[in-house]
Amino acid sequence: MASDIKAMSAELARDPQSVVFLELGEALRRRGQLEAATGVVLGGLEHHSELVEAHDLYARLLVDAGDFRRAQQVWSGVLERSPRHLEAHKGLGFLAFRESDLETALEHLELALAADPTDPSVVRGLQTVRGAAAEAAVETAAETAAAAEEVAGEDRIFAGLEGAEHGLLLMDDRGRVLGGRLLGAQGEDVSDAVAAFLAGAAQEAERTARMLGLGEWRWLVAEGPEGNVYVTPPTAETLLLILRDRSVPSGRLAMLAERAGDVARQWLERQQL
Amino acid sequence: MSTVFQRVLDNITRVRGVRGAMLVAGEDGLIVAESLMEGVRGNAVAALAASLQKRFRQAMEAAAVGMPHFLHLQGEDGTLIIVPAPDGMLVVAVGAPDMNVGLVRLEMLRAAESIS
Repeated sequence: MASDIKAMSAELARDPQSVVFLELGEALRRRGQLEAATGVVLGGLEHHSELVEAHDLYARLLVDAGDFRRAQQVWSGVLERSPRHLEAHKGLGFLAFRESDLETALEHLELALAADPTDPSVVRGLQTVRGAAAEAAVETAAETAAAAEEVAGEDRIFAGLEGAEHGLLLMDDRGRVLGGRLLGAQGEDVSDAVAAFLAGAAQEAERTARMLGLGEWRWLVAEGPEGNVYVTPPTAETLLLILRDRSVPSGRLAMLAERAGDVARQWLERQQL
Repeated sequence: MSTVFQRVLDNITRVRGVRGAMLVAGEDGLIVAESLMEGVRGNAVAALAASLQKRFRQAMEAAAVGMPHFLHLQGEDGTLIIVPAPDGMLVVAVGAPDMNVGLVRLEMLRAAESIS
């Protein structure tokens, strides 16, 4: 090997335009002499810039040196000249896999396989990337399911609290329902209608309390002939509403509001993460 | 201010802890009669009280629990109570946090009946 390198170096010295630089560069690279190999390849490219194999070798040297971005550019240039270039597709597939871009990796490796179906490194690479893609798909499905469960969970913010399914509602001050549910006398969902009417109520309560020197407003209870409504602001921008029939004492409403308020604050904090 | 309205407000403000009271036209939020402590912007408070009452009336009707007959806003340093009278007027009282809400409520319900 050493003698080969010596002989090739001598030949290149005699004829700087010789294509032996390709073989010499590859030999030096295999010996780990990256700097010397890079010098030889760049020197050869000055005379043979059209030689895609030289660009491919340069890209592999760049990978060896850790310059993946530049290697990607060089291999992309190779594919512009030679769209079915096996090594360029393998190299770009490797770089994409390294960046966890499995789709691009698969694309390049399948094109590499099309260029040479017998290349064992391509077959192994494809197996690896396909396995990773399958794992990623499973993870994505799990994340999607978890996200769906989180969304569905908005209806269950208050799960476990008394009346969670029909008499607890969290809304923002613009009247948008954030979670919970209110049911009317016939069991119909009245959450959106009630929330819409109470849009801005928190701001008005705050302004009224301020003008009257009442300090920060804590809660408001409105009593009706068929039921009572208790509202309190878990945060400055939200309103918690509890609807109960008249048999529920106000003290119990206050206790429930405190617990539901804690739950609402924790839920809102989770949404901001 | 008519003597009827004055008497009604006096009965409310006599309760210990009550800082002031007023009668408000529910539809437009204008003051009809008032007995408030100095410095309180009665017009603004009347408008806000009327608006709050209206919002809750609409919300409670949507929830099929009927029109509110008593609203109690609790602040750190005080209380606001609104009692709608049958004719649409609102009886409004402002008090200390520790005022006797039960007694004030009774006087306000009487007031609401007497002015209708």
